[in-house]
Amino acid sequence: MNDLNNDQKLKLFANPKLFQDNFVLDGYMANDLIEMLTSMIKIRKAEQTLAEHRRLGDIGGPVHLGVGQEAIAVGCSASLMATDRVFGAHRSHAHLLALGAPVEPLFAEVLGRESGYSKGMGGSMHLWNQGVGFFGSVPIVAGTVALAVGAGLAAKLQKKADVAVAYLGDGAIEEGVVHESLNLARIQDIPVIFVLENNLFASHMHLSLRQPMRSTTRFAEANDIPSEIVDGNNIVEVESTMRRMVDQARKGGGPSFLEAITYRWYGHVDWRDDIDVGVNRSLEDVADWRLRDPIGRLKRSLIQQQVWSEEENDALFDAVDNEINAAWASAESAPFPDASALLDRVYTNGAV
Amino acid sequence: MKYSGLKNYGTAILAGFEYLLDNDPNVFVIGQGLWSPWYVGNTMTDLDKNYGVERIIDTPVSESASTGAAVGASLAGMKPIVVHPRIDFMLYAMDAVVNQAAKWSHMIGGQAHPGVTIRAIINRGGEQGAQHSQSLHAWFAHIPGLRVVMPATVEDARDLLIASVLSPDPVIYIDDRWLYEQEAVLGEVVELDLSLEGPKVLRRGRDLTIVASGNSTRLALLAREALRAENIEVEVVDLRVLNPFDPSVCITSVEKTGRLLVLDGGWATCGMASEVISSVVESIDSSFLKARPKKVTLPAAPAPTSRVLEAAYYPTLDEIILCARSIFD
Repeated sequence: MNDLNNDQKLKLFANPKLFQDNFVLDGYMANDLIEMLTSMIKIRKAEQTLAEHRRLGDIGGPVHLGVGQEAIAVGCSASLMATDRVFGAHRSHAHLLALGAPVEPLFAEVLGRESGYSKGMGGSMHLWNQGVGFFGSVPIVAGTVALAVGAGLAAKLQKKADVAVAYLGDGAIEEGVVHESLNLARIQDIPVIFVLENNLFASHMHLSLRQPMRSTTRFAEANDIPSEIVDGNNIVEVESTMRRMVDQARKGGGPSFLEAITYRWYGHVDWRDDIDVGVNRSLEDVADWRLRDPIGRLKRSLIQQQVWSEEENDALFDAVDNEINAAWASAESAPFPDASALLDRVYTNGAV
Repeated sequence: MKYSGLKNYGTAILAGFEYLLDNDPNVFVIGQGLWSPWYVGNTMTDLDKNYGVERIIDTPVSESASTGAAVGASLAGMKPIVVHPRIDFMLYAMDAVVNQAAKWSHMIGGQAHPGVTIRAIINRGGEQGAQHSQSLHAWFAHIPGLRVVMPATVEDARDLLIASVLSPDPVIYIDDRWLYEQEAVLGEVVELDLSLEGPKVLRRGRDLTIVASGNSTRLALLAREALRAENIEVEVVDLRVLNPFDPSVCITSVEKTGRLLVLDGGWATCGMASEVISSVVESIDSSFLKARPKKVTLPAAPAPTSRVLEAAYYPTLDEIILCARSIFD
């Protein structure tokens, strides 16, 4: 792989019949890997729970699920601290949960309850928990990219070693503000990592129908920003690359750009697979991508290293199941916001 | 005395910047043209030299990213002031303003506030044409979550800028280059709570209420002087804060005068003048009204370049006076 350029790597990573193998886990503590495995399983179970309750009609609004993409959020979060500034987008449940945030307030938020992350005012698409470093997610594509640059600029002005993270997708890179943001980040040497989750689709449209099939790192290069492209379903590759970029930003090294290739098992929104409405999306592709499952690959790698077992894995799944089910039940019984919230939260001094 | 004494509207804005930069290390300024008097007149002279280019950031040609970055910085504890030397160019930044800043607090349950101030300059006339002329205050006033401030007086140019930056909410502060030569002797800075500020009676009068904002308020004051000679006593209400809009001062004034004329530097449709008239008419007992309210606004066309058309485009003092007289017909 090392002698390939990023465009050649993209074409390989985009082929789901490749990269289904185990990982090399050299240099990692087993406990850290098991922690990441646990986090990925928790996120997956949480999102599958949302998918099921959306299908059943228990959830009123849209949910954009990232099942299959968990390794990126979990791998990136491993080197982040609670004082960092993470911004997400429409598909951001994982970005929040991977920072160590509990599941129940996510469920409560999706159900519009006062105990939710955004006090029931945001739902799935507007999440906030600054306590863990999650500054917010919004569904306007690329809407938070410049905000992340600004939060990174603030860290620089405040002379703190904190970094900002802008999660964006392969659709978002087509928005003009992203290119302005890359240039601004570079010219101001802002500590921000642009994490481009390339799941090959912008809602229904395959990447090849929207752009030349080239790595999006070309836009980082155009703006003189160091960049790398990785297999986004390989958590150790994501983790180690992100850690290097974060370390560099903390030391005043400015922005970096990480493109991680992945795939969402569900369609753009809700629980369906979108084979019918997706252009260049097939059941065969989905089946192949399920074999490149980031959770399954890490599990098998750990078992191969004899630091994990099928029994331990089953027990973990059961424990997560119980936790998620309890969180859902609790969220469902939580109260809704008071009617006064409609006007009281527009301005800081309350209703006008 | 640094912030007070004889100022014009432009140097009053400068004094506001200096006060903020001197007193709050979290304040920084970002936008295009900040290192050049070409863009911002006398309102930011030498700020880069006195406070450093780290705090006075002249940016690439990127309204959208610069404004978004300021919103993000405000969420991270800073008090940014974005400067758009022409409001027309700011349209590139609408997502950051309307989708992000305005709604952020509400969307996340009031747990964080983008306390960003966006200074937009109205810069028109001189045959500059359609894209160098607009007054889009009514657009912003339409959006819940934005505070929209339009200083008309020298004092407000300074004190409302300071109040805007001290406000925890996103504020659009709109100043007008046609006001920069206005002069006044200012007292010491008063830190106002923007949430308590609103329309104000600038001059008392018993016969006619003229409501205006920004440069239109300057015209209203001139019209008042002219009409005085005809024994018409005009009460001038300066809107100052267009959103959230509190019409009570306008209503009280019209209850006294029974007559209402609204001047607005924007277009009529869905504009501020219509907002004022409807707010008053909805609230007032019809027995108070001695005549139908009127408004003077721009014609429903983009600003032209040719000087003949341009002269016809902007309402003149004479037209305003004629309209005011007609209310007494």
